[in-house]
Amino acid sequence: MSKYKVDEQGFYGDFGGAYIPELLYPNVEELRQNYKQIIHTEDFQKQFKSLLKDYVGRPTPLYLAENLSEKYKTKIYLKREDLCHTGAHKINNTVGQILLAKALGKHRIIAETGAGQHGVATATVCALMGLECIVYMGAKDIERQAPNVARMKMLGAKVVPATSGSKTLKDATNEAIRDWINHPKDTHYIIGSVVGPHPYPDMVTELQSVISKEVKAQMLEKEGRELPDYVIACVGGGSNAAGLFADFMDHEEVGIIGVEASGKGVETTESAATTILGREGIIHGSKTLLMQNTDGQITEPYSISAGLDYPGIGPLHAHLFKTGRGKFVSITDVEAMEAGLELSRMEGIIPAIETAHAFAIFKYLDFKEDDVLVFNCSGRGDKDLETYRKYFGY
Amino acid sequence: MNRINKALAQHKKLISIYFTAGYPQLEDTSEVIKRLAEAGTDVIEIGLPYSDPLADGPVIQKSSEQALKNGMSTQKLFQQLKDIRKEVDIPLIVMGYFNAMLQFGVEDFCKECEAIGIDGIIMPDLPISIYERDYKALFETHGLKFVPLITPETSVERIQTIDALGDSFVYMVSSSSTTGGEKGFGEEAMSYFKRISDMQLTNKLMVGFGIKDAHSFEQASRFTSGCIIGSEFIRRLTNEGMHGIEPFIKSLK
Repeated sequence: MSKYKVDEQGFYGDFGGAYIPELLYPNVEELRQNYKQIIHTEDFQKQFKSLLKDYVGRPTPLYLAENLSEKYKTKIYLKREDLCHTGAHKINNTVGQILLAKALGKHRIIAETGAGQHGVATATVCALMGLECIVYMGAKDIERQAPNVARMKMLGAKVVPATSGSKTLKDATNEAIRDWINHPKDTHYIIGSVVGPHPYPDMVTELQSVISKEVKAQMLEKEGRELPDYVIACVGGGSNAAGLFADFMDHEEVGIIGVEASGKGVETTESAATTILGREGIIHGSKTLLMQNTDGQITEPYSISAGLDYPGIGPLHAHLFKTGRGKFVSITDVEAMEAGLELSRMEGIIPAIETAHAFAIFKYLDFKEDDVLVFNCSGRGDKDLETYRKYFGY
Repeated sequence: MNRINKALAQHKKLISIYFTAGYPQLEDTSEVIKRLAEAGTDVIEIGLPYSDPLADGPVIQKSSEQALKNGMSTQKLFQQLKDIRKEVDIPLIVMGYFNAMLQFGVEDFCKECEAIGIDGIIMPDLPISIYERDYKALFETHGLKFVPLITPETSVERIQTIDALGDSFVYMVSSSSTTGGEKGFGEEAMSYFKRISDMQLTNKLMVGFGIKDAHSFEQASRFTSGCIIGSEFIRRLTNEGMHGIEPFIKSLK
């Protein structure tokens, strides 16, 4: 029995569950009763695998970053999720959920998005499957992420601005949930991360676990063993991390490192380091660690990377943190930008700023020369060029 | 007998009004309660504003946002209500989101409510399974009625489970939507009201969401014990201020 997988009630230790209004119960319950069974059918697996291979471009390479390895005197592999279609791991999940939605007979798809990566990944699979697609996005984010808004529109999605609250990701998620309440029959909600009510964290982890499955096989091929010494990934909500950690969590000898964004520093009010600044509470239907004031009002996080400024983390990660199974490190904007530049200069890979956070951990952690580290290179930096350009003055 | 049940035992259609505490002005809370009671409201739901009210539409979202800006907090609400029982005897229900209760401490929250003389609690995102497992005994110890919700999509079996959990009323959501929706009820809604009424539940039924005026009130209370009005009341309060309260309540009768 796994210590880190979800239990029958939908909890990871103290975290998770489905703290949802009764209005949402039928939708979530329909999903809960069916997701496992559908995902494990031969038909689903066949379609899922085929799309991942021929459409997404999997398996993604496990690349030995020799220059970086030499500099930090340890063995560093990158799992190249940045090479996936649409530029990040996000599409693994949307391909899976769109097949699930079809199996459930849903013809209307809704999603939330922060920076727009999940929105684009959702709009992409909706275009592929010919399903109606509505993406909720914070009004502020729509302004900040114009290229992704254009991508979604080109793919045929309707982008609806969330104008409530802080007008960012958490509010877009609220709006998507409200939409789902208002459309209980024909709509499937594709959540983009391992957050939300059970079964979402488990379902998204399962769909993203293709990452860790491939790593195992590739490790065997390259290193003659399945298990690396460390798996390392950035954590906003935590879907790329969950995907990388999934099949290693129960192997206690594999170190798990989650990297959060501390923005301008955890001592400032502009941060997204949830394991440091958060307390147990409920957000978007899940009991987890989240940033909130003493009254339980959810506070607005900050990070230079739009994909990491979520005020909570997935309940799986809260559990990994609380049990001490996972180590969490927080990285500032400045450290992340420098790490992004270093990866570009040393390996010729411009990472997404979210991803860049993970590569900044060497300042805080030491590794042995014969350690094998696998980083999730979760997304590419195309979407962040404007931010990089401004920051470095190119 | 709990004030809610006393009200439900009367042979009349009850008017229940939801308002957001600390709105429009921070210190308006007890004034709104007094005026509502004087105007002939039967039950009052005091909304504890929350930053992320998932089940609420734009009107209540906005009033919640404003109330929080005004400085509303859980502690503040309890302070404002400290002496409310010297002023009114109307049934009072606190409605909020579970995280606020959790952060205050569920037991402390219940104790404060009991000390004030609150009669019941509505927490739309506290699932019934968790309520039953972790909090039912606590609520009962402090004399608080837990008001569960049902919607047109709730199965008969689940309605029976929900009915078994409480002994006051079930909050019947008129349609599958967030608060503040359409005007007037069609055939589908009417047959839903009747269908649930015909189930002869232990709990009485109160209908909420989408009630705006005497017509929709009459429709939604035809087969039930009465209605809950939130968004429309807040809209009136926003536009007309305290003076709008009495005429609005009277217009429903």
